[in-house]
Amino acid sequence: MTINEVQNNIIDEFSFFDDWMDKYNLLIDLGKDLPVIDPKYKVKDFLIEGCQSKVWLHPDFDGKLISFSADSDAIITRGIVALLIKVLSNRSPEEIIATDLYFIDKIGLRQNLSPTRSNGLLSMVRQMKLYAMAYNARKG
Amino acid sequence: MKDIADIRADFPILGRKVYGKPLVYFDNGATTQKPQCVIDAVDKVYEEYNGNIHRGVHFLSDMSSEAYENARENVRSFINAGKREEVIFTSGTTGAINGVAFSFGEQYIKPGDEVILSRLEHHANIVPWQMMCERKGAVLRVIPINDNGEILLGEYYKLLTPRTKLVAVTQASNALGTILPLKEIITAAHSAGAPVLIDGAQGIQHGIVDMKKLDCDFYVFSGHKIYGPNGIGVLYGKEKWLDEMPPFQGGGDMVDKVTFEKTTYNELPFKFEAGTMNYPAAVGLASALDYVTAIGRENICVREKELLSYANERLFPVKELIIYGNSENKISTISFHIKNVHQYDTGMILDKMGIAVRTGTHCAQPVMDRFGIDGTVRASLCFYNTKEEIDALANGIEKVKTMFA
Repeated sequence: MTINEVQNNIIDEFSFFDDWMDKYNLLIDLGKDLPVIDPKYKVKDFLIEGCQSKVWLHPDFDGKLISFSADSDAIITRGIVALLIKVLSNRSPEEIIATDLYFIDKIGLRQNLSPTRSNGLLSMVRQMKLYAMAYNARKG
Repeated sequence: MKDIADIRADFPILGRKVYGKPLVYFDNGATTQKPQCVIDAVDKVYEEYNGNIHRGVHFLSDMSSEAYENARENVRSFINAGKREEVIFTSGTTGAINGVAFSFGEQYIKPGDEVILSRLEHHANIVPWQMMCERKGAVLRVIPINDNGEILLGEYYKLLTPRTKLVAVTQASNALGTILPLKEIITAAHSAGAPVLIDGAQGIQHGIVDMKKLDCDFYVFSGHKIYGPNGIGVLYGKEKWLDEMPPFQGGGDMVDKVTFEKTTYNELPFKFEAGTMNYPAAVGLASALDYVTAIGRENICVREKELLSYANERLFPVKELIIYGNSENKISTISFHIKNVHQYDTGMILDKMGIAVRTGTHCAQPVMDRFGIDGTVRASLCFYNTKEEIDALANGIEKVKTMFA
């Protein structure tokens, strides 16, 4: 699946719910299902500090694709982290750099990625792109 | 006292809905909502008599200046200060504390001198002193707190020495709600020869504050936390200090005579009011203080005590809920944590139910460190809140618990 196909699937999944409570329940489930990050990566070097919640993000590059593992101390944040990983993990640096993350807006979670919500998510997206740029540069 | 429905009708925003649900506004510790009279007073400045203060010969400037000075008199009377010269308008509490920290530091602080704060302080009453101490080679001393979130007076007395040059403490903890024993703090400091600054940001809206009775040397507060507009605050200072202290900002209006060789400063209070002050907000603040006086400060105290005790009654029995700050003497602020649920998750779900709370460290990280936590959910109530709203919070907490179980 292309990145945009994954984004569209997420939008479809969320479109079943009109009630915000159901959307948040889905996020909570996604958060709970997010594979556990290796504890050795849950350290300061991989910490993205938000004022409200923390995010840990670790990249792995096999020369072609970048895979991310991540975690957060807040479950709703972790649910959104899970979505970002679904979309951006196991992609090439070029794809990650070029991606327009429109799904966040479409499923009504834009406020969670705004600079006014200091929950680490906006920085996480930036950090994912920065890793992609760094690996891209190294590859080139 | 005015009926609660009538009181709520005075605040237009309280009638609105968020996400289709009635707004439950429990973030009064961050900022309070404004009654219509305050909104009108500020509007009226711009609609009818806006002109820059103190420097015009024209009609509008005169009117603005008069309204601004009346506002000062209004503040003086509200806090029962001796003289209008002792009432300085600032941008807010933070601006006032920064100003005192700078000017007091310049005038009186030498290397090795000490400033005493409490562990309960908001960052606004920590960082300016830290900056000053670094500049002057002075040292901060901190009064510890117990598990209930109360300061240890005995430890405070031990900290007072001839090196103590100032004591700066909050009237009430913004994070936990604890009210500090100001009388004891001030009396002991004065016996040790040290002046006292009280951060009234979380105090003045919850009770009667009387400068003559309190006898503190400085008292600061923000307009927007006592139903007034944003961008205005007050620095009360005893004249003997303000006279000696240098201005913390230079500019227009605060000068007597300016030449490139030397500038002499204007008299109090103008010496500390450089540039164009926020006079429309000062007028709005005066209106807010009138409003509070009309409701009655005693009445506000009684009502908020009732709300706090009802909130305790509803929240104490909730399993998995920990309340931080259990002093007998509290403002109507409840800081809590639901076990195994991150405060940000709790806050987001409550928000979607129309309940506005604050989550995080509340700009009081040393308090959070004391309890070994990285934040709480804070419901800060005031007299316009209702028992039904507290019920809505209690139900919201149950909902959060089921969602995150």
